[in-house]
Amino acid sequence: MKKLMTGNEAFALGAYLSGIKAGAGYPGTPSTEILMNFARYPGVYAEWSTNEKVALDVGAGVAYAGGRALVTTKHVGLNVAADSLFYTSYTGFKGGLVIINADDPEMHSSQNEQDNRYYAKFAKVPMLEPADSQEALEFVRLAVEISEAFDTPVIVRTNTRLSHSKGVVEVPGRAEPDPGGGVLDGVERYERNIPKYVMVPGFARQRHPVVIDRLAKLAAYAEQSPINRIEPGSGKLGVISAGVAYQYAREVFPEAAFLKLGMVYPLPRDLIKGFAAMVERVVVVEELEPFIEEHVRLLGVPVTGKDVFSRTGELSPEKVRRSAAGAGLAEAPPEAAAAPSLPARPPMLCPGCAHRGIFYALQRVRAVVLGDIGCYTLGALPPLSAMHTCGCMGASIGVVHGVDLVGVKDRTVGVIGDSTFFHSGIPPLINVLYNRGVSTVIILDNRVTAMTGHQENPGTGRTLMKDPARKIDIEALVRGIGFEKVDVVDPYEFKEVVRVLKEHLDSDEPSVIVARYPCVLSVRERKEPFTVNLEACNQCGNCLRIGCSPISKVEGGVSIDPSLCNGCGFCAKVCPRGAITA
Amino acid sequence: MAFTNKKVDILVAGVGGQGTILASDILAEVGLRCGYDVKKAEVHGMSQRGGAVESHIRWGEKVFSPQVEAGKADYLLGFEMLETARWTHFLALGGTVLINRHRIPPPSVNLGAAAYPSEEEIESVLGARAARVWWIDGTAIARKLGNQTVAGMVILGAFSKLLDQPGEVWTSVIADLVPEKFVELNLKAFGEGRGLPLPAQKKGGNICETSV
Ligand SMILES: Cc1ncc(C[n+]2csc(CCOP(=O)(O)OP(=O)(O)O)c2C)c(N)n1
Repeated sequence: MKKLMTGNEAFALGAYLSGIKAGAGYPGTPSTEILMNFARYPGVYAEWSTNEKVALDVGAGVAYAGGRALVTTKHVGLNVAADSLFYTSYTGFKGGLVIINADDPEMHSSQNEQDNRYYAKFAKVPMLEPADSQEALEFVRLAVEISEAFDTPVIVRTNTRLSHSKGVVEVPGRAEPDPGGGVLDGVERYERNIPKYVMVPGFARQRHPVVIDRLAKLAAYAEQSPINRIEPGSGKLGVISAGVAYQYAREVFPEAAFLKLGMVYPLPRDLIKGFAAMVERVVVVEELEPFIEEHVRLLGVPVTGKDVFSRTGELSPEKVRRSAAGAGLAEAPPEAAAAPSLPARPPMLCPGCAHRGIFYALQRVRAVVLGDIGCYTLGALPPLSAMHTCGCMGASIGVVHGVDLVGVKDRTVGVIGDSTFFHSGIPPLINVLYNRGVSTVIILDNRVTAMTGHQENPGTGRTLMKDPARKIDIEALVRGIGFEKVDVVDPYEFKEVVRVLKEHLDSDEPSVIVARYPCVLSVRERKEPFTVNLEACNQCGNCLRIGCSPISKVEGGVSIDPSLCNGCGFCAKVCPRGAITA
Repeated sequence: MAFTNKKVDILVAGVGGQGTILASDILAEVGLRCGYDVKKAEVHGMSQRGGAVESHIRWGEKVFSPQVEAGKADYLLGFEMLETARWTHFLALGGTVLINRHRIPPPSVNLGAAAYPSEEEIESVLGARAARVWWIDGTAIARKLGNQTVAGMVILGAFSKLLDQPGEVWTSVIADLVPEKFVELNLKAFGEGRGLPLPAQKKGGNICETSV
């Protein structure tokens, strides 16, 4: 049966069909929906682990015990899990382990656009890269086979345009999972093997040559794997490409011969050389880094690549065509037009979002805000402009401690979301207390992992499988670490928030403020819209400074669009004239 | 089924929360049921928080790229005026625009730092590439039906008239993809759009080629 599926839906189906029974991951655009879809299949277990490293360790445990495991993360999630990637490369497993890892060229929802193909090379593990939803399904199944045949974790690389695009998938009629996936199926597969699984130096030294040898075998496999295929074309131009970039290249070079690589590490040496010998000129079309190109060059093949195609951002049919035309490789589009210049529409905190109250208060007390990643990072944008650093998840607390060591003349504070706190905020918070720090940290507890689409987290009382779970109590945790100055505020209570903020930020005692209000989108809270009494309005602009999209400037004051207003009433609280009412 | 148009490239533009994703899912599924190869691309995540969103839907005999190439979209369906104009450069010369007469001011306009372009300005931006700009009071019609979020469905209804796929394909896809309790409302909105009179054609447009 033909069905339209996103890449992420197809990955989940592929994982289910290949007999994977356990999945672990941490949300991260564009990878999140893989595990959410996988969790819906019968007889499987899936969890949101607290972070990606934990997820990979869980996956390793499943595979050590002989089960087949799926681990999903976005590209930067593999940075967090990198330590585990390297040991799993040495140990291998009993069962298969597949890591689906999503890059985000163009940084649609990310802090950088690192090219994770280097992780495959770095950790010496194979990497597959599907180019459409059909391949997404098939490559996961192949990845399980490769993992078990070569005793290695396998990374399947995706990106935003594969994960979030839909394509036609031929879904098998009777979709029965492969048997032998393990996980409490009554079959004992675990075996004790200390030299293979305990990476102390003496044993690890024995494993490294095994890994090198495995790589040679994988390279031989890459030579004859059907997922590395030559598509014949004219002898003039030969294009080497992989993943979604291949699709763009196919549009731009309809006549060319193609070497379409499904396995991007290790790369096939003879296949590439043979392909190059068939054509007059070799072009590599790949997103981000010259990963394939460098390999081709090392083989002594002259190649056109990043000298022509951009190394930043994602490619597109248009970008590939423009670059190719510039190098005389393709016809320029006849009548291209530039994008019109119009007022931009950046993302904003939603109407009714409780984060707004905290950032407006932080702006008013002129705090230097060392921030973190989540919806709340939008507090950095005007008119709030109340976050001053944001690098990666969990960075805020270490950074505020460092800033406080040096000192700045304004008040300072670290700000972190609840999911981010559970992910990577606890060790740096312990660090503040242990190292005699003075910092204040605000935990924005909106009771959900909102940014990535409202996933459960350790504070929500529910698991990914929708089972009830123990709610981790943030205040008790923080007090348990040893913090004595801990307060909980309602972010909509503007005056109270400002009072508590000043008290904490002006004190030398390390402290924590928990700002608690559930995400209004996630609990679907919507009250009656507020309205403006223009006669009372003195046009002070306070309500405009909270950056709430329904509020706009009009002749003689402001107006609130009732179709967008969420009715939270925060604007009324900052209005000095009482001109805004329900 | 055989249709006159070999390929149809559609761009749907709007603001996060306006239902562009549902609309583009419907468009993709209609293409599939009519026997086309189909791809669809959009970006979720950060950009959804009230930001600009666009979906690409491609029907063809064989579709490679999930994204429409700039300058090659046959149709631009805009759920919000400013967002429609923003994607003008994606439109093929002689392409067709369906535009919802609805404004959602972006932050810079709310703060008084920028002006929201007038209908005339938007028409002239679009007119640089479009053969036809079809203004539709989608939001007003949807409001009359009791829920302005179905404005997109009004636009889809109007759009369906420009193509030669039978109306039943559209309505069956809507019935399958829309959550059950909203099916009736969505079908009503679609019907309202499909009932709108076609506007006059500017010179050299592509509508004649794509509707028999
Ligand atoms: C290592 C890593 N994993 C995942 C992400 C994607 N991501 C960014 S913020 C975030 C969670 C945000 O949740 P929370 O801290 O609760 O803030 P909220 O969005 O709810 O305000 C996630 C999953 C990332 N940027 N980096």
